[in-house]
Amino acid sequence: MPYSTKVMEHFQNPRNVGEIENPDGVGEIGNPVCGDIMKLYIRVKDNRVVDAKFKTFGCGAAIATSSMITELVKNKTLEEALKISRQTVAEALDGLPANKMHCSNLAADALHKAIEDYKNKKKKPESVSKRDE
Amino acid sequence: MIRKIYLDHSATTPVHPEVFEAMIPFYKERFGNASSIHLFGREAKVALDESREKVAGFLNTDPLEIYFTSGGTESDNLAIKGTAFANRNKGKHIITSSIEHHAILESCKFLQKEGFEVNYLQVDKYGLVNPDELRKQIRKDTILISIMHANNEMGTIEPVEELSRIARETGIYFHTDAVQSIGKIQIDVQKLGVDLLSLSGHKFYGPKGVGVLYIRRGVRLTPLSHGGHHEKARRAGTENIPGIVGLAKAIEIAQRDMEKEESRIRLLSDRFFDKVMQRIPDVFMNGHPERRVPNILNLSFKGVEGESIILNLDLKGIAVASGSACTSGSLEPSHVLSAMGVPPDLAQSSIRFSFGRSNTEEDVDYVAEVLPEIISKLRKMSPIYEQSKS
Repeated sequence: MPYSTKVMEHFQNPRNVGEIENPDGVGEIGNPVCGDIMKLYIRVKDNRVVDAKFKTFGCGAAIATSSMITELVKNKTLEEALKISRQTVAEALDGLPANKMHCSNLAADALHKAIEDYKNKKKKPESVSKRDE
Repeated sequence: MIRKIYLDHSATTPVHPEVFEAMIPFYKERFGNASSIHLFGREAKVALDESREKVAGFLNTDPLEIYFTSGGTESDNLAIKGTAFANRNKGKHIITSSIEHHAILESCKFLQKEGFEVNYLQVDKYGLVNPDELRKQIRKDTILISIMHANNEMGTIEPVEELSRIARETGIYFHTDAVQSIGKIQIDVQKLGVDLLSLSGHKFYGPKGVGVLYIRRGVRLTPLSHGGHHEKARRAGTENIPGIVGLAKAIEIAQRDMEKEESRIRLLSDRFFDKVMQRIPDVFMNGHPERRVPNILNLSFKGVEGESIILNLDLKGIAVASGSACTSGSLEPSHVLSAMGVPPDLAQSSIRFSFGRSNTEEDVDYVAEVLPEIISKLRKMSPIYEQSKS
């Protein structure tokens, strides 16, 4: 399973590891049976993702894609962020081994879930106002 | 300069220098075909016969019962499919365990498609097959039982003697895959009471591409490859003389050094285990704490996925294996650990350290030194470690 230099670089020095306190959106994906669990936190301001952090239990590809997506998404509008696909992430990492494309390339899904979570929270004004207090 | 520490001896081993030396002439001046009647052929035949005697001596049996193959996988295939096909008139039922090597499991699955029925025995939390459970599963039409000697992932040694006794009482053939136990513990086919036994050369400092199937006299078996009358017409194909000579030499060395090497490896493994347990919290051993080949240590590092540990250790020059889905090549974690009831997240977190001849105390100390930092870095990144802590 040869990983690209870029994958290994992100794996060794992952960006934006951690959690965001009171995040505007959280996307969690995966399960222990398949081996990868990814939790992505986003901060949204004026329709833009201003911060993103992650926590990931998974293989090299899972960690590298998580790290990469937190970089890709920063300062993107929600519309732009939703356009980030699994393919985008893989390409930004100079590709992933074929067997990892399916199972460990979950970061884009986690991001979409986080944005969905943000939108759902926004629909319920009580939770938003709580956070704003 | 990066240190290189190999802790994956259960995957394969380097060829022992004495083994390599013994093999060389059979690639060069003594290259003959053992079936030829001229001098070149006779030289090869002598080497073949001598090798067969050495292997037979080690296993405490007759050379006529030793068959050379291309490795553990072929031996397992021949044992399972060969006896199944030859005895299908007696029955179509086979019993094996759920933690066998894929060479056994896939052979059984193939036979199921051919109309055979297979029971996969469950194991306890240590990976042990229960003899009473075996007894319960035996049917009138059971023709073969195959239970491994030592497991390749976590090293548990199965009660083969007890299990084979049950097979014998009921007149059923008993096969054991001894690929992981050779050179680590004694293998005496009479004591073990088995009818068939598989070995592979490269797991104990012999060459790759050569193995052995012991077939007790009187066992009915259909060959899988057809051609010349090699190996008493049970395995056609010109004999791999350099490989066979190498395997026999490796057996000789294993026999000579086993006692010394076994206790040395046990000390190394214990030393490593103690250090890891002292320095890293939430580590669990998989497999039986005592009933285990000494060279395999399988540990789960809670909250951290196996491949990410392997990659980090690899960056430090340390080679290990894992039972995680990513490394098993499937979408699920190790079938062995799952069968033992290890929860999926801990199965994903498992690392197999397998020690061998080249390893020293300094090696294992170095690994025990770099490991805590790696685990703690990955745990900080893990969304499930903190959860499980609370």
